[in-house]
Amino acid sequence: MLELVEARYVYLLVVALLAVGLTAVLVERNLVQKLIGLAIFNTAVFIFFIEGSVKADGTVPVIDPEIGVEAAAYMNPLPHLLILTAIVVTVAVKGVALALLVSIHRTHGTLDEEELARRMDT
Amino acid sequence: MDDLPILLPAGMLTAAMLAALGGLWRPAAARAVALVATAAATAVAAVALVHVLDDGGVRHHVGGWAPPIGIEFVLDPLSAFLAVVIAFIGLLVVLYPPRAGYGEEPVRAVPVHALTLLLLTGLFGVAMTGDLFNLFVFLEVYALATYGLVALGGPKAALASFRYLLFATIGGGFYLLGVGFVYFTTGTLNMADAAERLPPIAGSPTVVAAAVLITVALGIKMALFPLHVWLPDAHSHAPPAVAALLAAIQVKVAAYALIRVLLTVFGIEVVLADLPIMTIITWFGAAGVVFGSVMAIRQDDFKRLLAYSTVAQIGYIGLGIGLATPLALAGALLHVVNHAFMKACLFFVAGGVIQQAGVKSIRRFAGLGRRMPWTMAGFTVATLSMIGVPPTAGFFSKWYLVLGSLEADQWLLAAVIVVSSLLTLGYFLRVFEQVHVIPEPDPAVAKATEAGAGILTPVLVLAVGLLVLGLANVAIVDHVLDPIATLVLDG
Repeated sequence: MLELVEARYVYLLVVALLAVGLTAVLVERNLVQKLIGLAIFNTAVFIFFIEGSVKADGTVPVIDPEIGVEAAAYMNPLPHLLILTAIVVTVAVKGVALALLVSIHRTHGTLDEEELARRMDT
Repeated sequence: MDDLPILLPAGMLTAAMLAALGGLWRPAAARAVALVATAAATAVAAVALVHVLDDGGVRHHVGGWAPPIGIEFVLDPLSAFLAVVIAFIGLLVVLYPPRAGYGEEPVRAVPVHALTLLLLTGLFGVAMTGDLFNLFVFLEVYALATYGLVALGGPKAALASFRYLLFATIGGGFYLLGVGFVYFTTGTLNMADAAERLPPIAGSPTVVAAAVLITVALGIKMALFPLHVWLPDAHSHAPPAVAALLAAIQVKVAAYALIRVLLTVFGIEVVLADLPIMTIITWFGAAGVVFGSVMAIRQDDFKRLLAYSTVAQIGYIGLGIGLATPLALAGALLHVVNHAFMKACLFFVAGGVIQQAGVKSIRRFAGLGRRMPWTMAGFTVATLSMIGVPPTAGFFSKWYLVLGSLEADQWLLAAVIVVSSLLTLGYFLRVFEQVHVIPEPDPAVAKATEAGAGILTPVLVLAVGLLVLGLANVAIVDHVLDPIATLVLDG
């Protein structure tokens, strides 16, 4: 059991963060807290990819004349590249989300979900 | 011809930027750019469909890097078919007058046409891309444009847009995780390459988990019951033209992505190796048909009724995808185009009624049949098609789905499809009664006049289109959809 934790602790962290983020999005009443949950959820996905690129004894993926072009000697750069793109995408999503929150707060004066539901019914 | 696959997304992106810049100068310039771009896209997509049906697919390697290292864009019969639907509905949405369509004239602060074109860029990108990660990027591109457009629909729309953002982004996260599982087991992101490397490792826990994650993710994006919870609010509070765009093509593109990833990348044997994922999709689809129809019966707001009806109609498509036989898949694809025509037509009618009479509640629709005869003629044809009365298009897609269910010995599914037609009759009969039967017009309707040519043209084009699609269904299925379904299922 302990060995499993030691070998796979990053994946356990990813699962925990996914669960925390998802729970926050579904359970929290405040819209800002939901958005924070979403950010945690996204970060968990990013960590999963970065962990996947790790190689034991791998180094920075810039070809070093002393090591040569042996692929196993370098970290896999592709997941980093993908996640860089995904981070840019989520920055845009969070920007739009914050703009929507500003607009909701201006028209309704609250970001509490139940309070919003009550005000919209009347 | 090699550049054909990238021409649509890249051209649309350029047009979106031109429309944003042109809109700063004059709103009319943005509209002109949007009209030219969507009309050109319709022509290109139609030519492309004819071309690829004759000689198979066209592949474009972005930047000259050959796959699996580079990203490729693929135009095959399935993506070309979808591109035609996207471009044509996009053109009609742009033709629809902005004030009725978006709730306001395009102003400098709100670049509605640029956002519409950006939405179309994302949809074309999803249709054409041959790369799993690139698909994620395009899913997010169209989602971002959608958030902005939905929020134009007034005070309640901003909240509906935010809720949609939460669900869609979680869906995107699940998709990315699934792609990660595929990448770390196969070492490739290219769809064609992954399709070759997945079968030998079918049934391994990672591949099963990837299939489940991607199914859930695209289920959220296409609003497959029970992951549809964001749809009714987002579609009913969005302005009419935006709702038409979302219901007609945006959710269909996610359904296309599901077909693409599950049936062509994973392949049916790999998907079914450990879990009956296709059967689960079928039955959730069937449950969605019943749930959406029952909820639609209980609505009073016309646009909200249409939104729940979309949940039901997406159920038909999910049902056809899940059965995964040539007949059922052809039925699902035919329903993609039929429902695009019907639902766009009905949302255009809803926009016309809101602009001319100012009523949204079905109870106040009395007298519309006489005050706005042409708009309501379009409404009547679309409604008959929704119920599935021959010779309108809606009958035939349901017919193929019933045949597909019977072929698979699923009598219960066939019964669900037939019974749900009665439920559809149930919810449209109330609207129909108000519009055509009740003699005393509502005070607001009594002063209403027929909508202008801007609204009538798209409505009537779609209404006539529904009859044409219905009459030409044998030709469409034989020459376009059957080859596509066989190609998708046989790989």
